[in-house]
Amino acid sequence: METDWIWGLGGGLLIGLGGAVYLLGNGRIMGASGILGGLLDGSGRNTAAERTAFIAGVIGMPLLIGLLTGGTPDTHVTSNAAVLVLAGLLVGVGTRVANGCTSGHGVCGISRLSLRGISATAAFMLAGILTLAVLRQLLGVI
Amino acid sequence: MMRILLALFAGSLFGTGLMLSGMTDTAKVQGFLDILGDWDPTLAFVMGGALLPMALAWRLAEGRKPAAGGSFPAPPSADLDRRLVLGSVLFGTGWALAGLCPGPAMASLSYNSWQGLLFFAAMACGMMAAPWFIRHLDRAAANA
Repeated sequence: METDWIWGLGGGLLIGLGGAVYLLGNGRIMGASGILGGLLDGSGRNTAAERTAFIAGVIGMPLLIGLLTGGTPDTHVTSNAAVLVLAGLLVGVGTRVANGCTSGHGVCGISRLSLRGISATAAFMLAGILTLAVLRQLLGVI
Repeated sequence: MMRILLALFAGSLFGTGLMLSGMTDTAKVQGFLDILGDWDPTLAFVMGGALLPMALAWRLAEGRKPAAGGSFPAPPSADLDRRLVLGSVLFGTGWALAGLCPGPAMASLSYNSWQGLLFFAAMACGMMAAPWFIRHLDRAAANA
């Protein structure tokens, strides 16, 4: 749609605002994989309450908006269970091994010109571009 | 209590932004990465929009303390190690396969049906297995 970029820009501003609040308020980098992963592997035990509150906001606000407006966006997510499991495992392991994902390395890292953040973002984007080039364009399997 | 409220507020902004920006739509994410297909530039606008307030926040943080106490993160390290590259390549591959990364996977949990739950469960398993994976990587590096 022609208005997609406006929604993208506006939504992006909200994402960055969330990161700004988390940084200036709590002194922490807003990284989705780090906040969730630290809860799951026990490394974030001491900050479990604020991690849980953050995740409650991430899940709860879209839920609330959906309930109030009666509409949620289409996700077009695949129904291939094997692909979902493989993708989930790769995302889970990869983001924790690299210590960050699109929000931590991408949004928070690039915005302070972190070499690690920029490099990680380049690496996961290139890997993603290659994956789609091979599996979608070349082989037509996803 | 202040920290918890601020975290809830930040998470709410993040989740709303992900939902409204279209980033919980896997077709848009895959459309951005699929440069040989019908390319969808939306993700670039989202990233650009997010970088603006964040860059300003880093500026504001200089010489100050976080509002709810503690201290700001240390300056970024410039170490590009094996973990960073290998982990990012694994992540990018999984990201492209399903069109979901950790933030949108959480934001869309309430409206992403069983597929979103399955992806989230697998991602959680991967995150719990990661410390084991990292130990083996470090051991292999030490032996090399």
